[in-house]
Amino acid sequence: MTDDAPSFDAHRCENGHVTYPGHTRCPDCGAEQTETVDLSDRTGTVVTWTTSTATPPGVREPNHLAIVEFTVDGESVRALGQLTTADGVDIGDDVEPVYAAELREPGAGIREPDSQAWDGFRFEPA
Amino acid sequence: MASGEFEGQTGVPNALAHDLNALPAYTQRVDQTSASGGAGIYAAWQSVASGASDLTLLVGGEKMTHKTTGEATDVIASLTHPVEYKHGVTLPSFAGLTARKYLDEYDAPRESLGKVAVKNHRNGTDNPHAQFRKEVDLETVLESPVVADPLRLYDFCPITDGSAGLVFCPESVAQEYTDDYVVVSGVGGATDTHVVHEREDPTTMGGVVESSNVAYEMADRGPEDVDVAELHDMFTILEFLQSEDLGFFEKGEGWKAVEEGVTDRDGDLPINTSGGLKSKGHPLGASGVAQAYEIYQQLLGDAGARQVDATVGLACNVGGFGNCVTTTILEQP
Ligand SMILES: [Zn+2]
Repeated sequence: MTDDAPSFDAHRCENGHVTYPGHTRCPDCGAEQTETVDLSDRTGTVVTWTTSTATPPGVREPNHLAIVEFTVDGESVRALGQLTTADGVDIGDDVEPVYAAELREPGAGIREPDSQAWDGFRFEPA
Repeated sequence: MASGEFEGQTGVPNALAHDLNALPAYTQRVDQTSASGGAGIYAAWQSVASGASDLTLLVGGEKMTHKTTGEATDVIASLTHPVEYKHGVTLPSFAGLTARKYLDEYDAPRESLGKVAVKNHRNGTDNPHAQFRKEVDLETVLESPVVADPLRLYDFCPITDGSAGLVFCPESVAQEYTDDYVVVSGVGGATDTHVVHEREDPTTMGGVVESSNVAYEMADRGPEDVDVAELHDMFTILEFLQSEDLGFFEKGEGWKAVEEGVTDRDGDLPINTSGGLKSKGHPLGASGVAQAYEIYQQLLGDAGARQVDATVGLACNVGGFGNCVTTTILEQP
């Protein structure tokens, strides 16, 4: 990857707890989160997945989704994200993050487009 | 209620007080997404318990059916964290994710989820206030269109217009008006993570565990004392999670109770005698109030064909995907 490639930042406190997304205080210990860990080059494991066929305005249909678990220095951190495909995917499978510039159409749904980011990482079966 | 997104009308309590000739009574809205009704019970109970009020009217309501399913789903999904919302997550998709994990983890058959829908639809046929008064068979449930794999259409509650009301007062005041009342013996509320994927065990709803612990302690009761329960079956899988997290059954065993008929109307612990959200419908702000109303009717012997033998009842109202939960225990005086 190049230096300006988008990163998939999890956040870590001084006690080694890792969360995605970051929080003002570490949900485990209350300490400040002081560093980020890029998950974009790592392989995660599917905790569970679904295919949603009743999707809101501006969301692809069907929408394959998974909760994926990464292990960072022995600490577990999870992320929910779209799957590039649900073909052959099952619990326990390895997946890799793939960047997408727009995960759903900003402004098509109820949330104010400027209020949040719309890019992020999908998961591709490894 | 939701915060006005469905109709673009805010300040509704003010309008209601005016229409009911209740001026200058103080009003407030309680917003706790799908758990607004239960949160309203908590707030109404607090207003009386604190001595600030000796008569509090709680009204839960929502008007939703003028929106398309996609729009209504998005209004509800707007409670999610930005990192989940951007992926197009919906509450039904959280249910699909959780159901797959539950079935895999506890080796439960897909049919067991369908049996929740069959049971609650059957109960709903005897509820004059239910949105659906129609039985469904297991085959229909299992062959209905996929909404969030492995969950299908009949695993989900409908989109509903509806309302419900309860009056709260000290017991001494109630006795001035009527012999027909029930006592709130325990009430508790709790919050879980905003980001759903951050929960250590996706098949446990921490807010259900914590809120019920508070309510049980206040009532000096335990799960074994509950005779009838109304659970937040917005999705069939939630009835399993709550029946376990409330302590009725061991973790991973809730599905067996449904298979064995324990939670049927004539079982040891009838669950959702009203038909549940599944059949009664789920007008967000009204649901928690309507749950307590069903328990109220059961405790007073007013439930007609739905009547079970009960002196202690419990209602569990879930907001978000377990993000905020209230548990209320009601008893005969
Ligand atoms: Zn920490």
